Amino acid sequence: MGHQNDVKLSLYHIYAAFVALFIGGSLGLLQTLVRSESITLPFKLNYYQVLTAHGVLLALVFTTLFIFGFMYAGISRTTGEFTSHRRKAAWIGYLLMIVGTVLGVVMILMNKATVLYTFYAPLQASPLFYIALALLIVGTYFASYAIISQYNGWRKANPGQKTPLFAFMAVATIVLWLIATLGVVAAVLFQFIPWSLGWSEEINVTLSRTLFWYFGHPLVYFWLLPAYMAWYVVVPKVIGGKIFSDSLARLAFLLFILFSIPVGFHHQLTEPGISEAWKFLQVILTFAVILPSLMTAFSMFASFELAGREKGYKGVFGWFKGLPWSDVRFLSAFIGMAFFIPAGAGGIINASHQMNQVIHNTIWVTGHFHITIGATVILTFFGIAYWLVPHLKGRVLTKRMNSLANFQIVLWTIGMFIMSAAMHFSGLSGNPRRTQNTDYNGHEVASQWGSYETAMAVGGTLLLFSIFMFIILIIRLAKTEPLGQEEFPIGTALDESTNPPKLLENWKLWIGIAIALILVAYTIPVFDIIQNPAPGSPGYKFW
Amino acid sequence: MHVHKLEKVWLAIGFITLVAFLTTVGIQAFASGHGAPSDLTKVDPQNLEETEPFDDPGLHEIGENEYELVMILQSYGFTPNEITIPEGATLHFKITSKDVVHGFEIAGTTVNMMATPGYVNSTTYTFDETGEYLILCNEYCGTGHHFMSAQLEVK
Repeated sequence: MGHQNDVKLSLYHIYAAFVALFIGGSLGLLQTLVRSESITLPFKLNYYQVLTAHGVLLALVFTTLFIFGFMYAGISRTTGEFTSHRRKAAWIGYLLMIVGTVLGVVMILMNKATVLYTFYAPLQASPLFYIALALLIVGTYFASYAIISQYNGWRKANPGQKTPLFAFMAVATIVLWLIATLGVVAAVLFQFIPWSLGWSEEINVTLSRTLFWYFGHPLVYFWLLPAYMAWYVVVPKVIGGKIFSDSLARLAFLLFILFSIPVGFHHQLTEPGISEAWKFLQVILTFAVILPSLMTAFSMFASFELAGREKGYKGVFGWFKGLPWSDVRFLSAFIGMAFFIPAGAGGIINASHQMNQVIHNTIWVTGHFHITIGATVILTFFGIAYWLVPHLKGRVLTKRMNSLANFQIVLWTIGMFIMSAAMHFSGLSGNPRRTQNTDYNGHEVASQWGSYETAMAVGGTLLLFSIFMFIILIIRLAKTEPLGQEEFPIGTALDESTNPPKLLENWKLWIGIAIALILVAYTIPVFDIIQNPAPGSPGYKFW
Repeated sequence: MHVHKLEKVWLAIGFITLVAFLTTVGIQAFASGHGAPSDLTKVDPQNLEETEPFDDPGLHEIGENEYELVMILQSYGFTPNEITIPEGATLHFKITSKDVVHGFEIAGTTVNMMATPGYVNSTTYTFDETGEYLILCNEYCGTGHHFMSAQLEVK
């Protein structure tokens, strides 16, 4: 069950995350219905307002709350109960995140912040919207303090011992988050808030975009790494196997810190004001992230093969049958991994210097992040929730609930497959993203996109049904399922007895390398953007 | 730290593929001139009417079947918004935004770039096929964003 006080902390984060998922997901379906011209929005809501709320609630709020809820549970499980001081910090963080979220959503509903979740200047929202975002991020700083401090406490109490892998990975994820958010915090505090309050008349648009994407790319790794934590640490235990290598798992996480941050220009490839050479340098650094990704893929399949062979399955691929396909804790993560194969390939296309020009700002990109965050990550999170909620509530995931959960996962998979395939294919012929409808006065080129948009609505409908089902199952797991002990699966490594090289836990070294890479990738171009700025922009409210 | 032999092979293959891929991308960008649009020219968005070349937006012939197309993007339209060119024409696009960030895309081609206020952006494309091309804005620019389009006819 876990430590009572920590249980409450985790559950509050997870429940709030699922409220955000429910509302944000419902808004997603509305978008597909408007875009396919099936409905018009009620209550004077406009499409872009709904789109802003969808992005904020799912990309920023749902992910952040669930990730911290999961990490608190895992930290408490592997390093012991939080001290009351640290738990207090975590609760303050929670309150700040909730206040920020509510304030942000109210601003969006009042139509004072129809700027989408990327809030590109010089569209200018109400200052309260930017303040809401700042509160959300400051909340995560309190949460980060609680976890890092707990990890340090464990190290002090257990000198010379190898830290629990889960805790190590949680800290790596937080280090990445702290370095990444510096960019968006700088933009919000020093550019957006003063500008929206009227203290400064103009904003440096290219600087704000550069700071945003300095944050925006590692943000996706902040979503992905907790899923990887489940893959590395939880899944091997679920399949009755071992973590392939403790040391290599740690190394992979450190490499993700190094190669996910100094790379934001690949989101700005077709943009003026940044020279091609600097863009190309960041493209090279972007692709370096392929190495830890390949390490992760190898580790997963090695772990699967070992587990299958252990059970006596023979032949080159015979071990595949030895995997627990009907166990939702495994199936959800496995489908997530499978989605990551086309998602990774799509990412390579997006970040390529010239292929990007075919798909930039088309709905292909929307399809891409719906199979990364919206499939790989969320399917893994669904799978976590199915054992974590009963674990925390002292109940069990019964066979019957497991089958229903499998059904929910498959429904999501089918819905996401239909929707993201339609997005990818029509994006290739230029169908733009973030667009209410694509009639363009009946232009011939645009007319081919209509049937794809209907397919997106069909996929979106299945996805919302899947969310409904998920919420019902979670309520049952929390309230009515039989009492008992559901396990928090934590795997052991093949190389459990050997200590990982000391180097791997030398945070100063890794953070130092990360900062050096960031300075190399950004100092000169950012200095240039600040020293020789283009004429600044006043704010516009085109909604 | 022990690394399995097969994992070394796997990572080596990955690394070599990566280097080959990046070399290809680099050669295409810098030697073949297929880099992404990255114009560094600055322009005052409040004063476009008096700044070359945006004081005279439109199509200008600069060579044999070669044109410069100067365009201003503004919520929610392109100036000019109807252009006709002959088959095989090479167009040098020069665009900028008068207000917020816009996207400049010709659907079904590789012409796709951002227009951020304060900068000119530019690219070149040769139209070898006749037809009615659709120019559209692919970055959210306000509630009328989906009306922002223009026509390019290649005869």
